[in-house]
Formats: sequence, C-alpha cells, structure tokens
Amino acid sequence: MQKQAIFQSKLLPYALVAPQLAIVLIFFYWPALQAVIQSFLLQDAFGLSTTFVWFDNYIELFRDPAYFEAIVRTFFFSFAIAISSLSFALLLAVMADKPLRGSMLYRTLLIWPYAVAPPVVGVLWIFMLHPSLGVVSRYLRAAGVDWNPLLDGNQAAALIILAAAWKQISYNFLFFLAGLQAIPRSVFEAAAIDGARPMRRFWTVTFPLLSPTIFFLLVVNIVYAFFDTFGIIDTMTRGGPGTSTVTLVYKVYSDGLLGGNLGSSAAQSVILMIMVIVLTGIQFRFVERKVTY
Amino acid sequence: MANVTLRNVRKTYTGGFEAIKGVNVDVADGQFCVLVGPSGCGKSTLLRMVAGLETVTGGEIDIGGRVVNQIEPADRDIAMVFQNYALYPHMSVYNNMAYGLRNRGMAEAEIKTRVEEAARVLELSAMLERKPRQLSGGQRQRVAMGRAIVRQPKVFLFDEPLSNLDAKLRISMRVEIRKLQRRLNVTSIYVTHDQLEAMTLADILVVMNGGQVEQVGNPLAIYEKPATTFVASFIGAPPMNLMSTRPDEIKSQLGGSATDAGIVGIRPEDFAITDQTPAGGVALPLTVEAIERVGAETFVYGSRQHEDQRVAATPGELPPGEIIVRIPGTEAPAIGAKIRVAAVRQKLHLFSGDGRTRIEA
Ligand SMILES: Nc1ncnc2c1ncn2[C@@H]1O[C@H](COP(=O)(O)OP(=O)(O)OP(=O)(O)O)[C@@H](O)[C@H]1O
Ligand SMILES: [Mg+2]
Repeated sequence: MQKQAIFQSKLLPYALVAPQLAIVLIFFYWPALQAVIQSFLLQDAFGLSTTFVWFDNYIELFRDPAYFEAIVRTFFFSFAIAISSLSFALLLAVMADKPLRGSMLYRTLLIWPYAVAPPVVGVLWIFMLHPSLGVVSRYLRAAGVDWNPLLDGNQAAALIILAAAWKQISYNFLFFLAGLQAIPRSVFEAAAIDGARPMRRFWTVTFPLLSPTIFFLLVVNIVYAFFDTFGIIDTMTRGGPGTSTVTLVYKVYSDGLLGGNLGSSAAQSVILMIMVIVLTGIQFRFVERKVTY
Repeated sequence: MANVTLRNVRKTYTGGFEAIKGVNVDVADGQFCVLVGPSGCGKSTLLRMVAGLETVTGGEIDIGGRVVNQIEPADRDIAMVFQNYALYPHMSVYNNMAYGLRNRGMAEAEIKTRVEEAARVLELSAMLERKPRQLSGGQRQRVAMGRAIVRQPKVFLFDEPLSNLDAKLRISMRVEIRKLQRRLNVTSIYVTHDQLEAMTLADILVVMNGGQVEQVGNPLAIYEKPATTFVASFIGAPPMNLMSTRPDEIKSQLGGSATDAGIVGIRPEDFAITDQTPAGGVALPLTVEAIERVGAETFVYGSRQHEDQRVAATPGELPPGEIIVRIPGTEAPAIGAKIRVAAVRQKLHLFSGDGRTRIEA
C-alpha cells in the first residue's frame, strides 16, 4: 500500500513545496554554486582583478604538502573522535539500560552536553585544561606531566579530540539507548540461561544486534568530526600550535578568510562538499538496505 | 534428572509489590507441572524465579536437591522457552541452537550431532541456515524448543510458549510438546492461562490466584474436587455454576447434612432438563435466555427466577442469576421457554460461605 495524497489542482503541490525549495536554493545551492565558480578563479593580491584559471587552484592544492597533511590529520581526528566517542557512549548506554533507580536522572544528565554549542564546549575545556588557568592542568603538572597544549602539538590534538568526542557522546548515547531498548529483554535472558557471561553476551548478542546503529553513528560521527568541530578548534587552538590542529574545514577558513586566498579556499570547499556527498551516499545506501544481521 | 521443590517461596518487587505470597510446590523427577491462573497472578514471576531471572526474596527453590537461590541462571542446568521465543535474530537456526553449547565449550563435532538430531526431531533440518525472520511463527517456536532440548538440561521451563500461535497450530504443538517431554523424560514447568492447555498437559496442576496457590494436584482430581470456588470457576469451560444456598429453595432441597455450605456449585454438564427432583439434589426453574450450538453439544443460558440469589464475584463467574446448562446434541428448548433443570446429589460441589473451603457432603 502506498500513501498518496490526492490534489485537486496540479499546481497546489508545487506551491506547497515552493517555500522550502526557495530556502534550500538560496541558502544551500546558491553558495555551493558560488564556491564552485570561485574555485576556478584566481584573484590578485589586492583583489582588484580576477582571472579564470580552470583547475589551477586544485592542482596547486594537491601539490601542497600542507594540504596533504591536513587531509591525513582530518581523517585521523575523525576516526579518533568517532571511535572514542562511540565506545564511551556505548559503555554508558549499556550501563543506563538497566532498570535501576535514578536511571531517568542519569539518562537526562547524559543528554545535556548535546545542547551545548561547540564553541562553548571549547571554552569549557579550555577552562579545565588551559596550561595556566585550567583546574585540571594543575593536577596534571603536579602528577609530573609536562602539560602545555599551547606549545605541544600532540597535546593540542589530544585536547581537540577529547572535547569533540565529549560533545558527541550524548547524541551517540541516545541512539545506543534506543537501539538497546529495541532488543527484547528476553533475548538477553535467553543468552544468560544459555551460559553466556556478561562480556561474551555483549560481544555475541548486544554488539551484533546494535551493528546497524553503530554503522549509522559511525558515519554521522565522521561527518560531525569533519565539519562541526570547527567551533571547538577555533576557540581552543585556532589551528595551532603551528598547524598541528588544522583540519580541512579549518584550513578553508584560515586560507580564505585569514590568508585571503579565496580561490584555493573555494576549491577546498568543493572537495569537502564531494566528500560529504560520498559519505551521505554510503549512509543512505546502508540505511536503506536496513543493514544487517 | 531432577525434582523441583519450592518451599514457601516469596517475591516482593522493588517498590514493595508482593507478587508471590508463599508458594509450596513439589514437582517430582520427570513430571510435567503446569502453573495456571488468571493474568497477573504471578505465574511468570514464579517461573522466572526458578530460572534465576528474578531474585528470590523469601523461601527456597530446590532443583535436584540443591538450593539454587543464589545460583546464576547459567549454572542451574535449566532451559527456558519464552513466549516471544527470544531467538537471536542475527544467528542462523543452527547457531541459535548451538550457542548454548558453544558457551559451555563443547566440541564442534558433538554440537553438530546434537543440533542435527534436534532438528530432525523438530522437522527443522531443511532450515538450519535460515535466520529467524525467515521462519513462520510455528517454526520459530520449534527452534526455541530445539534450543532448549540440545542442552539436555535437568529442567524445562515454558512461559506461555504457544500463545502466539493460531488455534490449530496451538493444539498440534501442545501434543508435540507433551510427546517430546514424555520421550525425554525431563522435569518441566509450564506456564499458561489457558485452562484447556493446563488440563491436557499436566501431570501436576498448580492453580494460582493473586500470588498464592489455590490448589495443587492431578488435573482430573482438581476438576472433580475443586478446593475453592475460585478453582471451581477457573477450571472447566464453560465455568461451574455457583449459587448461594441462602435461599430456602436450595437449602431445603439439600437437606440437613449440608447446613454448613454457603455456596453450591454445579458444572454445566451435570444438569439435566427434567421435571423430577432427585433426592438430596438440586432442581431449578429457568427461563431460557440464549442458546449456543457448537455441534456435538449445546449450551443453554437461562436466568433463574429469583434475582437475589448471588454469590460474591470471582473470576469466571456468571452474570447475576445466570445458569449455563450443557446438553448433548443440538436439540434445545426455545428461547423464552420456561424449563426446569436438576442435578443429582453426587454432582454437587459444596463450599463454605466465603468460597475458600470445600465441604464434603
Ligand atoms: N518488574 C516488576 N516490578 C513490579 N511488579 C511486577 C514486575 N513484574 C511483574 N510485576 C507484577 O507482578 C504481578 C505478577 O506478574 P506476572 O508477570 O508474574 O503475572 P502472570 O501471572 O505471568 O500474568 P500473565 O498471564 O498476564 O503473563 C503482576 O501484578 C505484575 O504487575
Ligand atoms: Mg506471564
């Protein structure tokens, strides 16, 4: 059975979707098109003249070792953020899935971080881990750790990953909890009677049954790590020290707005757009196939 | 091989609700015990306590001479068939059955033998590679049975395993389960709220109500001598007719020996349409309200002329003043007809006024 609305007039359905379409066109397709056009142009240093240069911006990008580094770094950040956030959220969800007293409060508290905007997340973590202001930094140094993310690139990267993963835990937690609750209790009980100890039960029953959720979240988290971490990076490290926390998105911003190289920045945007399209395509294919076990 | 003994078992859920209020049951080795009772009476709770899925808050559960109160489900040597089957959706039929054996470290060759043997018995051999979602309800049910039998446990536990099947399949699976249990000779506890299932399956029937046992015994013995009015109305379909003996009409018929009885019960099939009044028996004038013909027998619903003759409400009870009479064949009086029905003395069930005690005449 297919649900199909019947309209009297042929125009009415188009009129109804027109506002939505207008918004999408003006705010998404128009800027995207602008970026594509811009990526084929080269501006002189003063922004007085522009020339059409075909793929020069792209070619230059791929010759630039800094860009290559940014790609590697972005993938590393994305996987680190996705894996750490997913595993921690899964752990929390498995614990919250028990019918304990106070579990509602626990769940509610776990959902809150999602409501915090990325830049605010950055500021919060800075307050805790800033080398001279941070509360936690003092303990770290007392414990003998040479903690200074403003100078040490690896520490800065760890800090970004930590903050970005933390923010995403709530979202993942919600999905995992819903996924867990969709599994009938009796399946776990049957496994318990079948002699599977909790760890084995988790790996042979819970984990495979959650695999569609895990896959979906993996894609969502990677997309998040690609793009939405901009706010966190901008408030915490501004890409520094050096370029040790410059991701692809941050590079678009720093090359374009700070560096004034609009053509290259636009070309980078276009590449990012293609990446999102691919990721989303993968996700849709799998979601539609209803992955799974 | 094991017997199961429940000694004064109690369960209070967190929150203070007392679901099981002191249950004593003794299931001998190889017996088929059925727990029956209305919804919410605590059947599943009791079964899950035996399985180890609910904690025991009072009393003792003894399986094969070992108190298992503190023992994990996995170590109780039991297998359970759930109402929704609880198959592992991501595993093939074969793996569903093999899972419990693998967890116990059995050799793959031995697992294969056992699973294939179970599949043969349950006629699942052709579907071992399928996933549960590719099976019909009845086939899933059989996989759940297979998962239980490959383990060769000491005790089978069943929680309404047939309630998701259609009526016809339910009857054939009922027979299958009974045959299988006889052959394997494994002690079984079976939960149902279907009194027909209970009657046909049980060696030992436990009738429960409100977290307590109303009566334990052989199903036919319970049918013939229900201990309380609750059991009388719950076991048997249609339910037993229960009447107060207060009205002089019935009391005078019963005579002196039954003066303690406050309630008299008569099964629908024990009535006959007749003008005679058997000595010491009961005769009632009825107005026919409705007729149900089901083929081999006919149910006559009649209202008694005296509206005030009521017994306190218990589950399965008739609407005020209504009497059900079962007669063989399809011949029945017309609706609206005034008839007279009677039951002989031996067929009467006498109970105290509160319905909690049976009185032997
Ligand atoms: N986890 C729980 N917490 C509190 N009360 C519960 C819990 N589980 C069951 N109960 C209550 O205990 C009583 C017995 O429940 P149980 O599931 O054993 O009934 P049942 O006899 O199996 O009924 P049904 O035939 O409907 O399955 C019910 O009143 C139920 O509300
Ligand atoms: Mg139940």
